[in-house]
Amino acid sequence: MNWSGFLAMGGYAAYVWPSFGLTLIVLIHNVWAARRLHESARNEALRRIDSAGSGS
Amino acid sequence: MTWTWFHKLASPPHFYRIAGRLAPWFGWPAFLLIVVGLYGGLVLAPADYQQGEGFRILYVHAPSAWLSMFVYATMAIAAGIGLVWRIKLAHAVAAAAAPVGAWFAFLALATGSMWGKPMWGTWWVWDARLTSELILLFLYMGFIALRASIDERERADRAGAVLALVGIVNLPIIHYSVYWWNTLHQGSTITKIGKPSITFDMLWPLLAMMFGFTLYFGAVLMTRLRAEVIRRERDASWLRGELA
Repeated sequence: MNWSGFLAMGGYAAYVWPSFGLTLIVLIHNVWAARRLHESARNEALRRIDSAGSGS
Repeated sequence: MTWTWFHKLASPPHFYRIAGRLAPWFGWPAFLLIVVGLYGGLVLAPADYQQGEGFRILYVHAPSAWLSMFVYATMAIAAGIGLVWRIKLAHAVAAAAAPVGAWFAFLALATGSMWGKPMWGTWWVWDARLTSELILLFLYMGFIALRASIDERERADRAGAVLALVGIVNLPIIHYSVYWWNTLHQGSTITKIGKPSITFDMLWPLLAMMFGFTLYFGAVLMTRLRAEVIRRERDASWLRGELA
């Protein structure tokens, strides 16, 4: 395979690569955001459990 | 009747565990399908006879558009179930799905714009397909904003559900817009009746991407649902044992 030809995308590089790049960013972002959401919900719940357990 | 499995599934502690176990079973096949689909779409598929290499945007645009509609259907059906049968977990599904759907509606519009510029000579045109997809994005944003604006959770669930159900009329409008109105947007690549309008070399990477995106949504939804369940059950005793 010819790399420079592949990257040029028959003259459409300026449209093809940004659309694939943006898609990858959105795919990765949504996984990361979901994990962070679960993590923060978990941490908040653990804090509540701790403060309830310590008799407040 | 053996409805016990359903009630068991809908019980928060049970669901929390199941969702955690299911997420990787969605996530890894999704990852593999997307990697294979990207390779097939970018490298193996031949260039289009009209659009040259530019047609490859199809492989990210169509799956995004598909997912934006699939997520909305999931969200509206879940919200409807929550409204009719008063199942809190169903409302949790709707709430967890919305932000993901909004991202993919945005992605469908953005990648469509990047496809439209070289092919049609414009980033945007107010035609039926593009406008109805933009309305889909606004419906997601409206659903999220409406829920966020109501403090009491049950009222937020119900109000959101009504909006989600009303908005479902937009889905057939998006789907049939290319047939009902004159449009710049091309027709479906995959038709349910009759043969697809592309060769198998071009078709399989598209199917891999669409299936991969759908499974990807399953994985993300499971993780978001776990967060949603914790928030709704913050004072329940089972959380103590589960999280400690």
